[in-house]
Amino acid sequence: MTDWIDIADLNDVPKRGARVVKTREGCVAIFRTGADEVFALDNACPHKQGPLAEGIVHGASVTCPLHNWVISLETGLVQGEDEGQVATYPARVEGGRILLDATFLRARAVA
Amino acid sequence: MTQNLIIIGAGMATGRAIEHLVETAPDAYNITLFNAEPRGNYNRIMLSPVLAGDKTYEEIVTHDDAWYAEHGVTCRFGERVAKIDRAAKTVTAANGDVLAYDKLMFGTGSNPFMIPLPGHDLEGVIAYRDLEDTEQMMAMGPDNKVVVIGGGLLGLEAAAGMAARGVDVTVVHIMGHLMERQLDEAAGYLLRKALIDKGITVKCSANSKEILGENGKVRALLLDDGTELPCDLLVMAVGIRPNVALAQEAGLAVGKGIHVDDQMITSDADVLAVGECVEHQGAIFGLVAPLYDQAKVAAQTLLGEEAAFVQKELSTKLKVTGCDLFSAGDFSDGEGREDIVFRDPARGVYRRLVVEDNALVGAVMYGDTADSNWFYGLIKDKTDIAEMRDTLIFGPAYQGGDTADPLSAVAALPRDAEICGCNGISKGQIEDAIAAGSTDLGAIKATTKASASCGTCTGLVEQVLAVTLGDDFVIPAAQSVCGCTEMTHEDVRRMIKSQKLTSMAAVMQECGWKTSCGCHVCRPALNFYLLADWPLEYQDDPQSRFINERKHANIQKDGTFSVVPRMWGGITNAKELRAIADAADKYNVPTVKVTGGQRIDLLGVKGEDLPAIWADLNAAGMVSGHAYSKGLRTVKTCVGTDHCRFGTQDSTGLGIKLEKALWGSWTPHKVKLAVSGCPRNCAEATCKDVGVICVDSGYEVSVGGAAGMDLKETEALAKAPTEQEAIDLTVAFVQLYRENAKYLDRPYKFIAKVGLNWVKERVVDDLDERAALIKRFELSQSIYRKDPWAEHVSEKADSYQPLANLMLEAAE
Repeated sequence: MTDWIDIADLNDVPKRGARVVKTREGCVAIFRTGADEVFALDNACPHKQGPLAEGIVHGASVTCPLHNWVISLETGLVQGEDEGQVATYPARVEGGRILLDATFLRARAVA
Repeated sequence: MTQNLIIIGAGMATGRAIEHLVETAPDAYNITLFNAEPRGNYNRIMLSPVLAGDKTYEEIVTHDDAWYAEHGVTCRFGERVAKIDRAAKTVTAANGDVLAYDKLMFGTGSNPFMIPLPGHDLEGVIAYRDLEDTEQMMAMGPDNKVVVIGGGLLGLEAAAGMAARGVDVTVVHIMGHLMERQLDEAAGYLLRKALIDKGITVKCSANSKEILGENGKVRALLLDDGTELPCDLLVMAVGIRPNVALAQEAGLAVGKGIHVDDQMITSDADVLAVGECVEHQGAIFGLVAPLYDQAKVAAQTLLGEEAAFVQKELSTKLKVTGCDLFSAGDFSDGEGREDIVFRDPARGVYRRLVVEDNALVGAVMYGDTADSNWFYGLIKDKTDIAEMRDTLIFGPAYQGGDTADPLSAVAALPRDAEICGCNGISKGQIEDAIAAGSTDLGAIKATTKASASCGTCTGLVEQVLAVTLGDDFVIPAAQSVCGCTEMTHEDVRRMIKSQKLTSMAAVMQECGWKTSCGCHVCRPALNFYLLADWPLEYQDDPQSRFINERKHANIQKDGTFSVVPRMWGGITNAKELRAIADAADKYNVPTVKVTGGQRIDLLGVKGEDLPAIWADLNAAGMVSGHAYSKGLRTVKTCVGTDHCRFGTQDSTGLGIKLEKALWGSWTPHKVKLAVSGCPRNCAEATCKDVGVICVDSGYEVSVGGAAGMDLKETEALAKAPTEQEAIDLTVAFVQLYRENAKYLDRPYKFIAKVGLNWVKERVVDDLDERAALIKRFELSQSIYRKDPWAEHVSEKADSYQPLANLMLEAAE
């Protein structure tokens, strides 16, 4: 069951940019692509826990600001030669508002 | 038995429904047609050609009086419907007539949306919706100025139509590129360029603030950046809203539009609705194709036939002011989605296909839409394209044959095929040059000039060499900027300058970028090149910058930041030191370090504390030290004649002057300076990017030192007799470096490539060139010589905070 919660206005996140949402289990990064899609991922690169929300967003990927690992926003999978995966969470835009699935976020807190 | 059908609104959808009815069952209904406009059905889509003067109103009339008479339609044009009584099944006309109906059909269309800006009710502020609006625009001529708000289809057609009449037109669009719903950024850029060629001024990312008037009539549009755009007429073309007022009063179910089911029946079984006023499964409609489908279904429903309206895959094929455009499906980026991009800068063609799971899901085409129906078919039918993927982008003509090989394509070109458009060099001329002994690219450039101008045909010239020479020629693998392009940094810089490319979308189009929005490698480089070459035209894009330059602080390995305030020439005082100490306490700064650049680093500051710590440091008079930037870092100095018994000049004073001249400027890589007061060189000036050594007779300026991965001593640039000349030489050198170096090349690498003599010729020997370099630097600094900390504190402090705090949510 999904339990969508309203997080913020889409325009609070810059195009090709990201902001973080604080949770008890660390930060979730909310990304907005050039095509106005939103994605939610753990704000930590699998390499050295770099804050992905500070990376450069291109296409549907983000480049970690610490060592340039490239991570897919849709699957959380590390691209190219490197290996790893970042947890992703359901996110969507409705009526210009960003929504996150609280059920998933809670599951994350328990895990 | 003949029933009474009353139709409200004589538009394109109801017009089509009437046609179906009278053709299929002419005696089924007595039709009465109300229309608020004092005329019958005309082809609204053709208002633009009327505006442009290509057609007259008479030519776009769909149904004239004779047609209505012939088919027995009772016309009540120029009459509104005042009231509907669904219980009694009657309609009351504005003049009080009460008419009974068996079936009622809404075709009330839509209303243009007027932005409620101050002044929107002034005379001369109009929408673009009907013939009256069109006539007002047609009254404009070469002596008039018009502003159009809205860079969508309607706004652009209005603009182009008036521009064709010689009117001075400016389009103001709130989004970053034109027609953002139908086009991606690259196609939007091409469209903008075509409009500019027609003499239309286009302002994107422009927010309207107020419409200014004089004696009740529009005078100008004021933007929120203070720009005033004078105009005699202001056209608002920002969108439409379904006209549901009457339906709402009649108590029908209404959302965004009048709710209808698949049979076009509203919440009342005897009332139908078609066209722009309806809402079907959450969607509303503006294009003509679905409206015609609805009209047909409504007619069949009225005749008791089974029919259902189905929404189809959306595609838009448009001709905006002579430019062919096409978009279909979903063209957003996504995981598992791949772009196939084709750009032909010379013809102004752009094609982008979006592929997912071996099927085409979206397409954007600009300039050449000849194959759009074929692509649309692939999207609609979800055709498996795996087999033809490599040549898919070239269209149906290239399918089913041998695998396309660029070399065989070049081999097949006739001798008179033009290879270099800039210099008009044909394939035959290049073949002749090869036969005469020019067997590499450099020799071809020298003998024929092919690829010696804009350089975009370099690949083609190389392919001609490869085809002609066979195995004797290996196409050199030039180091391209990144995987997004074949071009080198040098090619791209040359294109930006020579083709006057002033936006990232322009560079990506004209240089044939293979991705839709670049990557983390090319975007920071392009951002620098654009702001360095076009400081006034280009607007810095923070999203294309590495985090340190986006947040004006250095990211550390744990995600915290370091904060380094500027200490001009390494000079500080008790007040500044106290403020730094207070900030270190207040923000729990774990590490305070003295840097090699003669200033103090506060390490371990949390990202969300940055605006607050900056505000505190600003209050003590300090500004950003740019310790994080590809820009001027520090000017290290010794104490010079102020205190030192060996000092020959005021080295500290010169250092401060240099730092004040250069701070805030962006450069291809970081730039560090030092000024030593005597040849003992306590400031270590001879391993800096620019070093000044003071001597009794003046200032020795040297450049290209390094003390990083490479260790290198500076080389003498010139000796300056006065302090001002030392500053001039430094500024001119930095500007030369900014204009010509490859992104991420420090000055010593730049000098190694162009040669010190090349630098001296421009910075030292040619005084005019030196002055021009300084002038261009100052122009750029008029934008960038400012404190980014203060700016972020006042304008975007919120963006440093978390978007939301769900600490409690997650705990539930």
